[in-house]
Amino acid sequence: MAVTTYHAEHGTLLERFFERNRGPLLVSPALAVLFIMNIFPLLWSFGLSFYRYRANRIKEPEFVWFKNYQKVLTDPVVWERFQTTAIVVTVDVLLQLVVGFLLALLFEKTFPGRRVLLMLVLTPMMLSFVAVGAFFRYYYEPTFGLLSQGIKAITGEPFILLGSEVGALAGIIFADVWMWSPFVMLLVLAGLVSVPKHLYEAAEIDRASWWRRFWTITFPYIRGLLLLAILFRTIEAFKLFDIVFLITEGGPGTSTETIAVYVYRVAFQYFKTSQSAALGYILLFVVIVLTNLYLFFVRRRDVEEQ
Amino acid sequence: MARRRREIGKAGWGRTAFSTVISFIYFFPVLWIILTAFKSHTDALSTPPKFIFTPTLDNFVSVFARAYERGGAAVDTHFDLFFFNSIFIAGASVGVALIIGTIAAYGFSRWPLRGNETYLFIILTTRMLPPIIVIIPIFIMFRLSGLSGSYIGIILLYAAFNLPFTIWMMKSFFDEIPREVEDAARMDGSSEMKIFFRICLPQVKAGIAATAVFGLILTWNEFLFALLLTGRDTRTVPVAMAQTIGGDIGVRWGLLAAIETLFLIPVVFVTFLLQNQLLRGVTFGTIRR
Repeated sequence: MAVTTYHAEHGTLLERFFERNRGPLLVSPALAVLFIMNIFPLLWSFGLSFYRYRANRIKEPEFVWFKNYQKVLTDPVVWERFQTTAIVVTVDVLLQLVVGFLLALLFEKTFPGRRVLLMLVLTPMMLSFVAVGAFFRYYYEPTFGLLSQGIKAITGEPFILLGSEVGALAGIIFADVWMWSPFVMLLVLAGLVSVPKHLYEAAEIDRASWWRRFWTITFPYIRGLLLLAILFRTIEAFKLFDIVFLITEGGPGTSTETIAVYVYRVAFQYFKTSQSAALGYILLFVVIVLTNLYLFFVRRRDVEEQ
Repeated sequence: MARRRREIGKAGWGRTAFSTVISFIYFFPVLWIILTAFKSHTDALSTPPKFIFTPTLDNFVSVFARAYERGGAAVDTHFDLFFFNSIFIAGASVGVALIIGTIAAYGFSRWPLRGNETYLFIILTTRMLPPIIVIIPIFIMFRLSGLSGSYIGIILLYAAFNLPFTIWMMKSFFDEIPREVEDAARMDGSSEMKIFFRICLPQVKAGIAATAVFGLILTWNEFLFALLLTGRDTRTVPVAMAQTIGGDIGVRWGLLAAIETLFLIPVVFVTFLLQNQLLRGVTFGTIRR
């Protein structure tokens, strides 16, 4: 640090300015882009959520305080959508963790062709949502769909997955789990390969059981990454939109309409612009609370361990 | 004993075979898309599904030029332009996010501001938002400023989407690398520029690669904003792909599959090249030793 001040004292005025404000100068380009493209529109729509405004009318916005929030929170439909979302998020993230974890175990050790096989398993998350949505609808299609045909060949009965509420939910979750488990796998695998080999050797000498070896050696190395995976996947699952919209469009009826799809309908089909903004902020609030609970949980665990 | 030690990191043949089978089952839906790309329309809709068929390249041809009406003449679909747009927009936005994000992460890590944690949390918050909320203000903003349908607008927007992840990831990398070398270089009178480019950047290469791959995958497939904010000349492949669904003979699965197959090649290629960096990159920042 002493050297830095030496420079500062001898530089020109401009150089001295750069020296003194290095931190702010380094972060300002990023903050500027974020402000223009994210934070400013965010504040705008936050303001909008206190007005009565419809994007398809010329009428001037009218300030209505918390009326939009009141309307949204007292609407039983919204609570139904939140319930659907809660089910989808819970089952979806849990399954992704399990499948991702099991996939990671497959690639824990080296074997010939591992690099290529790993690539094969990673491809689902590189597909575009449009393709995954469209093609899973094609696989579920009762007459010529691959999955329906396969099951029909086994049971002998026509298989219509998307016809029932549970089936439609299962169809959506199946597609999303298939697409995003590789992400969880990648994080868990990164943890698995970072475990120092000599720890396993020591465990072998001690003749520790597989279970014990897992909890005492492996788990501490993947815990952090597993929690990170839960955080990212939960945030993304709350925003689940494209796949639902392409596979079921929220149907049958409204049984698979998640909150993100509902916000889309309120905003672009009913054109209740300000109400959709209010709904969006309630959703954001829920996600922030969950994230903070999560961060609190992680930090407390860290403190306990020290 | 020496044999034993080698075995710890290596899989036996049984496990190898099992992993291979499971990998192929997992890959099967993608494989089916690729197979469908080589099928004629009747083959794609046949019952039972056909595993053996005469492959055709018709679908790939009709990605770039096809008749929009039955019996009409083949017309250029401009998909070459859409592919260029996707590559250019994704490349540029990930590049911009990496450059300004890495610099910002370096700042957050080495010269913390007052309220550093708050800034970082706000940055993460922008990532949690359902995109639908901000889309109306952004749409109006783009219209008013003339950014709608321009490259620069969508590139900056995607860069903003990638920034939170880039900053969080790169900050954890910079936090992990030891500062002794930097301080020693400072004592020797190295300029700050030199310290950043010669000492810090080379140590976080794996992180840059991992961040780039994640950013690329997300940007490459983004649909909603591309649909609303790109014009005819800046349209990306996912939007154009969605627009081929529908038409007078139902969904042309072969065509859709051909587009997706072509669209998958660049991102798989990049990921394959950076695969080793990817694993190392993910671990580096998050595991405290």
